[in-house]
Amino acid sequence: MTSKFAGVMAALALVLAACGSGGGESGGGPARTPDAGATIEIGSLYEPQNLDNTAGGGQGVTEAFNGNVYEGLFKLTDDGKVENLLAEGYEVSDDGLTYTFKLRQGVKFHSGKALTAADVKTSIERVISDDSQSARKSSLTAIDSVEAPDDATVVVKLSSRSISLVYNLSYVWVVNAEGKDLTTGEDGTGPYTLENWKRGSTLSLKPFPGYWGTAPANGGVVFHYFTDATALNNALITGAVDIVTSQQSPDALAQFAGNPDYKISEGHSTTKLLLAFNDRKAPFDEPLVRKAVSSAIDDAKLLESVWAGHGSVIGSMVPPTDPWYEDLTSVNPYDVELAKRQLAQAGYADGFRFTLDTPNYDPHPTAATFIKSELAKVGITVDINVITADEWYTKVYKNHDFAATLQEHVNDRDVVWYGDPDFYWGYDNEQVTDWIEQAEQAKTAEEQTELLKKANRQIAEDAASDWIYLYPQIVVAASNLSGYPVNGLNSQFYAYGIKKG
Amino acid sequence: MARYLLRRTAFLLGSLLAAAALLFVLLRLLPGDPANALLSVGATPEQIAAARRQIGSDLPLLEQFGSWLAGLARLDLGTSFVSRLPVGPEIAARLVVTVPLTLLAFALAVVIALPVGFVAAWRSDRWYGLVLNGVSQLGIAVPAFWIGMLLVTVFALRLRLLPAGGFPRDDWAEPGRALTSLALPVVTIALVMSASLIRYVRSATLDVLGSDYLRTARALGSSFAGAMWRHGLRNAAVPVVSILGIELATTFLGAVVVESVFTLPGLGTMLVEGIAEHDYPVIQGVLVVSTFAVLVIGFAADLVQRLIDPRLRAHVGGGRP
Repeated sequence: MTSKFAGVMAALALVLAACGSGGGESGGGPARTPDAGATIEIGSLYEPQNLDNTAGGGQGVTEAFNGNVYEGLFKLTDDGKVENLLAEGYEVSDDGLTYTFKLRQGVKFHSGKALTAADVKTSIERVISDDSQSARKSSLTAIDSVEAPDDATVVVKLSSRSISLVYNLSYVWVVNAEGKDLTTGEDGTGPYTLENWKRGSTLSLKPFPGYWGTAPANGGVVFHYFTDATALNNALITGAVDIVTSQQSPDALAQFAGNPDYKISEGHSTTKLLLAFNDRKAPFDEPLVRKAVSSAIDDAKLLESVWAGHGSVIGSMVPPTDPWYEDLTSVNPYDVELAKRQLAQAGYADGFRFTLDTPNYDPHPTAATFIKSELAKVGITVDINVITADEWYTKVYKNHDFAATLQEHVNDRDVVWYGDPDFYWGYDNEQVTDWIEQAEQAKTAEEQTELLKKANRQIAEDAASDWIYLYPQIVVAASNLSGYPVNGLNSQFYAYGIKKG
Repeated sequence: MARYLLRRTAFLLGSLLAAAALLFVLLRLLPGDPANALLSVGATPEQIAAARRQIGSDLPLLEQFGSWLAGLARLDLGTSFVSRLPVGPEIAARLVVTVPLTLLAFALAVVIALPVGFVAAWRSDRWYGLVLNGVSQLGIAVPAFWIGMLLVTVFALRLRLLPAGGFPRDDWAEPGRALTSLALPVVTIALVMSASLIRYVRSATLDVLGSDYLRTARALGSSFAGAMWRHGLRNAAVPVVSILGIELATTFLGAVVVESVFTLPGLGTMLVEGIAEHDYPVIQGVLVVSTFAVLVIGFAADLVQRLIDPRLRAHVGGGRP
């Protein structure tokens, strides 16, 4: 009996071994002509939590669906420009409070229904509704009403001028919300439809035959989701995926650099690593202390040790891709002597001690250790308190119960948070709040840019936070791939232009 | 036997209920709010409150527990806070990976451990007996994820024979491809598990080898193989079967770690994701199903033991020790 059982098991083991030797797939066989029917295998660390960006779908659903499955009235291109998409054009009234959008004709949802102005109205309303968990809700507060006077016209009325309205609308998906649960399914107008979402593993998109625009350059895409960067890179090496949306493992770059089978592209990132002070509480309510801390930390050295030459040092919250960027790295330069003088001037000649709330995932713990040793040189003692993302949310973000914290801020144009004294870091400068408010109500883009530049310079002068560095945005792809986005602005990843071969 | 079965089943259900209550309470004691996990930086207090209303985490705990238990009785494990998908069907989809992974790994471990453990005991004074013994001891000390990463480096990255991770999108539609994806994880779990199994088989065999009845059988003229077959195996099997039951349960739980290493969409990765997202219905669902599986395995091991060993049956039948 036992031996028979063992025999069966031995046979099974043999089957296993046999399958093993047969199933080898090698990485990137060089077929030279682009294959429009090829499926692009995309590796990513960001699986959607659900499929609705107004119900907590997160970064993952933005990556997979923005521009691919859903489209907005406007599109934020990979190089940061706003272009017409489902809108053919728009007019603004003289007082800047009424926007009239003309819709593109002949657009169909994946369900076959024709796009009308009523759909756009419901789409905007679901983002600003009470139940909405959209990260963009707060930027659309100026919207008073949305009307659809006819099938091809949408009129948005504002309570105050909002020069970023068109930009912000590029994040609003136009959906057909009738008869479908959008947390688990989709009905958009984009070039792809959802084929299948296998939670914990893959999300596949196939071309939508009724698409109004140019058909995708490939036969479909599959997002493969990984929970750690090593597994993701292994998949790229073994050819299980063709491209990695955003390389988060600097150590892994070495294995692709100089290898003709892969291409490494470095685009522009908008993700900033911040040492955010609690500007409400001593000692960090004193700008001089914050400036001293900023000057005591050698950001370039940290960047070099974490990212080995990739990424860049920044002097403020605004990344180079924002229109109101200017180089402010010299405002609080790395200068230990200066830091010591500033500390003495602020009455902390003997230093002080504070707790640094540190999220438990990379690169925060590494950065915390580095900051601790840098600040020790000017007499400041840092106690590192490692917390989970969730604890961070409750303790720091909601309860403002912290002295200083590390956090990455991913969005572009997010300098405006310094105009909100209730934001977690509690930076409260009336002048800055005023400039940022005026900037939103500006009549021209030039005026807006001028005001935000002023605000940006002021927060740098005040060292509202210490902006440690700007992450690199690195895409690694098999060398037979082309046409992929390299900037991935705000986690978007337009897949329709990708060609294989 | 019928009375025994009845008692065991009642015990099983009772344990399950106790485990469910314990799970529920322990999860609620963890710091953090599931609503936070749903939202990104920039969320307003109103948005957080709305999220809480939507997922029902604003209701009194007792009410949440009651509705969860009622659902459990209907075999409805609830709906995920995060994905808004029903938990039951998703667990079923994940079992398609985890169950074959566990069973294949277990089978392979047994196939390795039985002969190796036997030889290690039978030839415990020879050099190869000592080597087998030493290797198994080393195997116990090595963590599963490390073996997994080693296997990936050699068989996936260097030799390109097997995939480094993942599972086919169409599950078992092509069994060959599915088995290929499971090959390295199966070997990983089997190696770790066989290391400890070898120790048990070896010590059970050593006990039998030194026993009086075996010596008596030999003295009465049985060959070594004959005596082992008729008397030895059955005696050695009793402790080994009870260990196998525990080990099978351990394999099932060990799959949690190994699935993460190989990014397999199984129950283990579902649990890890659920915990990261504070998705209580998912965590509870996975743990209740795993608890149930472990209890059933224990039950089955008991039954098999009874079949092998008449002494155990006699005790129950008589109702007296």
